[in-house]
Amino acid sequence: MGEAIVITSGKGGVGKTTTSANVGTALALQGKRVCLVDTDIGLRNLDVVMGLENRIIYDLVDVVEARCKIHQALVKDKRFDDLLYLLPAAQTSDKTAVTPEQMKKLVDELKQDYDYIVIDCPAGIEQGYKNAVAGADKAIVVTTPEVSAVRDADRIIGLLEKEENVEAPKLIINRIRSHMMKNGDMLDVDEITAHLSIDLIGIVADDDEVIKASNHGEPIALNPNSKAAVAYRNIARRILGEAVPLQSLEEENKGVFSKLKRFFGVK
Amino acid sequence: MKKSQNVTIKGTKDGLTLHLDDSCSYGELKKELDRKLSENSRSVEDRLLTVRVQVGNRYLTEEQQEELKELIRQKKNLIVESISSSVITKEEAEKQKEENEIVSVAKVIRSGQVLEVPGDLLLIGDVNPGGTVMAGGNIFIMGSLKGIAHAGCHGNKEAVVAASLMKPSQLRISTCINRAPDKDQDEEKREMECAYIDEHDQITIDRLQVLMHLRPNLTRLQGGS
Repeated sequence: MGEAIVITSGKGGVGKTTTSANVGTALALQGKRVCLVDTDIGLRNLDVVMGLENRIIYDLVDVVEARCKIHQALVKDKRFDDLLYLLPAAQTSDKTAVTPEQMKKLVDELKQDYDYIVIDCPAGIEQGYKNAVAGADKAIVVTTPEVSAVRDADRIIGLLEKEENVEAPKLIINRIRSHMMKNGDMLDVDEITAHLSIDLIGIVADDDEVIKASNHGEPIALNPNSKAAVAYRNIARRILGEAVPLQSLEEENKGVFSKLKRFFGVK
Repeated sequence: MKKSQNVTIKGTKDGLTLHLDDSCSYGELKKELDRKLSENSRSVEDRLLTVRVQVGNRYLTEEQQEELKELIRQKKNLIVESISSSVITKEEAEKQKEENEIVSVAKVIRSGQVLEVPGDLLLIGDVNPGGTVMAGGNIFIMGSLKGIAHAGCHGNKEAVVAASLMKPSQLRISTCINRAPDKDQDEEKREMECAYIDEHDQITIDRLQVLMHLRPNLTRLQGGS
């Protein structure tokens, strides 16, 4: 019997879909059977980030309305040997096409076959959010070090605490720019964690490679040379119960030239 | 047959007091009151007299109270100052109890959440920006107040707000509203502070310790020393 984790944030554009894709990928890299579920009906993205768009035949709404069997709708990720699957959202309907009860039934069914169900939640707190949370056992809240994102994360944590089936949510702080945090231009990690008063499960640095990888349909977690990939893999290990220390935010010096530049105070 | 009077009038140095017996029926009482006040007409006085009414262990509804007041007012130049009864309904008693007790809550009030209590609130946790706490009485916050606090929300101007970290986005006491300065005052510590309405009807923030002088009745301890 697997475990369903919903990835949510309240605010849009903080990296829910990227996080879902990478946490799912990193869990699969650890040898777990993972099913990604995109609940953003009408605005699906997860398939694009995973590079699986052209393989979609059926979607979540087809499953719920019994137009196909659940395994027919699941898209297998070729990069993994039978470990990673995606249940794509429908693009033609909207959030009201599915009810929370139907979602719960669907997720419960998936939990029989998979170790982890990673549910990508749409932005907002309306029907889409309710659907995404309905079947979840655990929740991860994604935020960025911006006041508006933290405010919405606070709101969503308040709502999640009311859900009886969901454990206390965990926090991911995404898109950290270490130099801005150091200068005090951005909220720092401790400040955000203290403010939201929930457990931190990972921090991810802002990295151009993440955007590049998403555009190519290759989750960054597959590329071990990237710092963000290590961050996502660490998050996966923490989900599995390992105690992994947080990544340091110090930027590595990229060479003698940048060292010299810093020495002379040139940015 | 000798029957003790149901209505007695007593004059004290503070004015007149009407004692209404509680062992007769309300109708009887009304009749006798009417008669008593009519027969007892003294020389015409221009001056209005205030009178206090004591009804003993009789419960009077709002309408009955109004009726008695009306009756007394019509007969004489009497104005009813107060009607006091030794009994109140259970609902009133429960309401009074609620309004006078401290409710303690251990949780973080997050953005979008509203916590309201009828009496005093002791919050063991924070009020985050966008969150609201409301109380009929005082508000004491053990954590940091960064959202909105509304003390005395039913009009109690004596109510206060106290917090370990006082950085509210808005403070409301009774009908007064005060908001945070637009400029960020991060340098100031704002620890262990309280807010109250001062003599100019303005919300003022000061050290927590001033409260014991300004609002001595915050102390509820009976006995001891």
